Amino acid sequence: MQGSTVDNKSQIAIASEQEAAAHGHHEHPDYRMIGLYIFLISDSMTFIGFFAALLIYRAIVPVWPPAGTPELELLIPIINTAILVTSSFVMHKGQTALKNDDIKGLQTWFGITAAMGAVFIFGQGYEYFHAEFGLTTNLFSSCFFVLTGFHGLHVITGVLLILCVLWRSREEGHYSSSSHFGVEAAEIYWHFVDVIWLVLFVLVYLINN
Amino acid sequence: MSTTLERNAPITPTEHNEHPQRKWQDYFGFSTDHKVIGIQYLVTAFFFYFIGGALAEVMRTELSTPDPDFVQPEFYNQLLTMHGTIMLFLWIIPAGAAFANYLIPLMIGAEDMAFPRLNAVAFWMIPPGGILLMSSFFNGAPQAGWTSYPPLSLVSGKSGEEIWILSILILGTSSMFGAINFVTTILLMRMPDMDIHSMPLFCWSMLATSGLILLGTPVLGAALILLSFDLLAGTAFFNPVGGGDPIVYQHMFWFYSHPAVYIMILPFFGAVSEILPVHARKPIFGYRAIAYSSLAISFLGLIVWAHHMFSSGTPGWLRMFFMATTMIIAVPTGIKVFSWCATIWGGKLSLNSAFIFAVGFLSSFLIGGLSGVMLASVPFDIHVHDTYFIVAHFHYVLFGGSVFGLFAAVYHWFPKMTGRMVNETWGRIHFVMTFVGFNITFLPMHQLGLQGMNRRIALYDPQFQTLNMVCTIGSYILALSTFPFIINVLWSLYKGEKAARNPWRALTLEWQTASPPIIENFEEEPVLWAGPYDYGIDTESIDGDEDVEDMLATVTAEKG
Repeated sequence: MQGSTVDNKSQIAIASEQEAAAHGHHEHPDYRMIGLYIFLISDSMTFIGFFAALLIYRAIVPVWPPAGTPELELLIPIINTAILVTSSFVMHKGQTALKNDDIKGLQTWFGITAAMGAVFIFGQGYEYFHAEFGLTTNLFSSCFFVLTGFHGLHVITGVLLILCVLWRSREEGHYSSSSHFGVEAAEIYWHFVDVIWLVLFVLVYLINN
Repeated sequence: MSTTLERNAPITPTEHNEHPQRKWQDYFGFSTDHKVIGIQYLVTAFFFYFIGGALAEVMRTELSTPDPDFVQPEFYNQLLTMHGTIMLFLWIIPAGAAFANYLIPLMIGAEDMAFPRLNAVAFWMIPPGGILLMSSFFNGAPQAGWTSYPPLSLVSGKSGEEIWILSILILGTSSMFGAINFVTTILLMRMPDMDIHSMPLFCWSMLATSGLILLGTPVLGAALILLSFDLLAGTAFFNPVGGGDPIVYQHMFWFYSHPAVYIMILPFFGAVSEILPVHARKPIFGYRAIAYSSLAISFLGLIVWAHHMFSSGTPGWLRMFFMATTMIIAVPTGIKVFSWCATIWGGKLSLNSAFIFAVGFLSSFLIGGLSGVMLASVPFDIHVHDTYFIVAHFHYVLFGGSVFGLFAAVYHWFPKMTGRMVNETWGRIHFVMTFVGFNITFLPMHQLGLQGMNRRIALYDPQFQTLNMVCTIGSYILALSTFPFIINVLWSLYKGEKAARNPWRALTLEWQTASPPIIENFEEEPVLWAGPYDYGIDTESIDGDEDVEDMLATVTAEKG
C-alpha cells in the first residue's frame, strides 16, 4: 500500500480504514515511476561527473591518451554496443506482450534481454582480462576501467532487476496489462543504462583512438 | 472537528482515544510515518550536534594558547576534520531533512510522503554512516579537513580517509533518497485546492534544496569514488605524481559542496519565512519574490563553485566569471532579507523564543552574507584565503544562519511535534546566551583573519593570543547555552503546558490538526479557507462555530 503510514496492522489499520470510509481518505495515485525518473536524473549526474573528469584530463594532459597507451581493441565493444542497443528493443517487445496480457511473451522477451545483458557483461570481462594495460598503467587506463566498470555495475543491476521481474512473473496475476510497475521500471532502467553506454562508448572508445 | 482557528481549545481525552497515538517504541524502529521519521532525524541530528560541538570546544581550548600544548597537532587535524564533517553532514543537513519530513505532508494536506518506505530507508542510513565516521577515531581519524583535498588526503592516513569517504557516500545517498521524496511529494501530493502558489514557502525552499541535492550529490559521489581508487588501488586521478590533477578533484568537490551551502541554508530560509509572519501577525511581504528567489539561488548556486578555487591557479577569465555569478547571488538573497524585514515592519510582534531566534537569524545571517560578497571579489579573497576571515564568514552563515533558523524552527513547531508548550523564559535565556556567545566567538575571527592568522593550524603567532582568548571564552558561553535548551526541552516534554492545536493562531495546514497530529495527520480532509499568510484578518472575532463556507466567502470578499 504505497503511501500508507500504517505499519502496525490490527487495531490501527481497522481504525484508519473506518476513518478513511468516514472522511473520504483515499490512496493517492502511484508515483513510483516519477520517483524512478528523478532517481535516474540524479544518477546520470554521477556519470556526468565521471565524463567531465575524463574530458578535462583529455583537455589538459599534453599527450592524450598518454604516450605508450596501446590502441583499444574495438571489435568486442562494437559487438557489445550492438547487443545492448538491440536488447532495448527486445525488452520493449516484452512489455508490449504484457500489455496484451501475454505473460509467456513477457517472460520470453525479458529472458532474452537478460541473456543479452549477461553476454555484454562477459564481453566486458573478456576485454578486461585481455587488455594490454592495467588499472594503474596511466591516467587513461584508470579512466577506462573505472568508467566502464561503473557502467558495468549498472548493467549487472539491470540484469538482476530483469531476473527479479521474471521470478515474480511466475506467480499468477502478479503482473497484468493494468498493473506492471516492476516491468516498466526495469525497462526504463535498462534504456537508461543503454543510453549511458552510447555516450561512454563515444567518449572512452571512439574519440581516444 | 472544526477546521477553524481554535486558540485555547484543550485536547480532550476522548480525542486521544479516538485516534491512536504513537508509542515511544515506534521512534526506535523502522517506521514509515513521516512524523516519526522527522523526529528521528531531528534527535539524531542533535546527538551529533553535541558531539561536533564538543570537538569544537577541544579545538578552542587548544587555541587559547599559541603553542600546541593541549592536544597533539595530529589530533588537532583530526578534530577539525571531524568537527566540519559532523556539523555539515550529520547535523545541519539531517536537521533540514527533519523539518522537511515532519512538515511537508502536513503543510500540503497529505497523509504522508510519496514513498514512505524509501523515506525510512533514507533515515536509517544516517546512524550507520554516523557511527562509521565516529569509529575512525579508533584507528586514526581523517586529517585532511572536510574538503579532503588530494594530495594531502592521499598521504595523511589511509584507513581514516577511506572511512570518511565511505561514510560520506552513505550519508549522500541518504540525502538523495530524501530529496526524491520531497520533490515528488511537493509537486504531486498537494491537496486539490492548493495550487503551487498557495503552498507555504517552506515547501518552495525544500523544492529548491532538493533540486540541488539531486544534481550535486552524485558528482561528489563520483569524485569520492575516484579518490578511493587513488587511495586504495594506486591510480593517479588526482595524484600529480602519477600524472593526475588535484584541481579536477577540487572542481568536482565544489560542484557539490558549494550548492551544499544552499542545501544547508535554504530549508531554514523557508522555516523563517513561516515563522516571521505568524509572530508578526502580518502577511509575508513578497510571497512570489521569496519563492522564486529560492529557485534563483538554487540555479546560481550551481554555477559559482570555482570561487573556492581563486588561489588554485584558476585562470583569470574563469575567475571573472565566477566572481560575477557569486556576486549575483547576493541579489536573490537580498530580496529575501528585505522581504523578511518588510514582513515584520509595523507588525504586532510577539517576542517569543521562536521569533527572537528568527530575528537573530536575520541579523547574523546578514553579516555572513555580506562578508560573502566581500569574499566573492578576487583580490580580497586571495588576500584572506585560508585565514580566520573565512572561518568567521562561514560560521556566520552556518551557525548565525542555519543554526539560529533551526532553533527558531524547533521553538515554533515544538508545540505541534510534542503537544506541549516550551518554557518561554528558558527559551529567552537560551537565545541571549547563544547570541552573545556566538558573536564573541566568531566576530573577533574577522580581525584575526585580516591580520593573517591561518586557519586549520594548532600553532599560531603569539600576537594573536588576546583575540583568540576572547574567541575561546565566547565558545564556552556558546557551549553553556546548550544547557538551558536541553533543560527546557526535557522539562517541557513532561511538564510543559498542554498545547492546543493552534497555539500561534497560524494559518498553514499543519496547525489544523491535533498537537501532536494523529497518525494519519488529519481527522478529516483539511480545508484551505485562507492563503498561508493571510494574517491581519480579524481572527479574534471569528466565531469558532462559523461555517467554513461563510468564512471563505468573507475572506474572498476582503481580498477583493
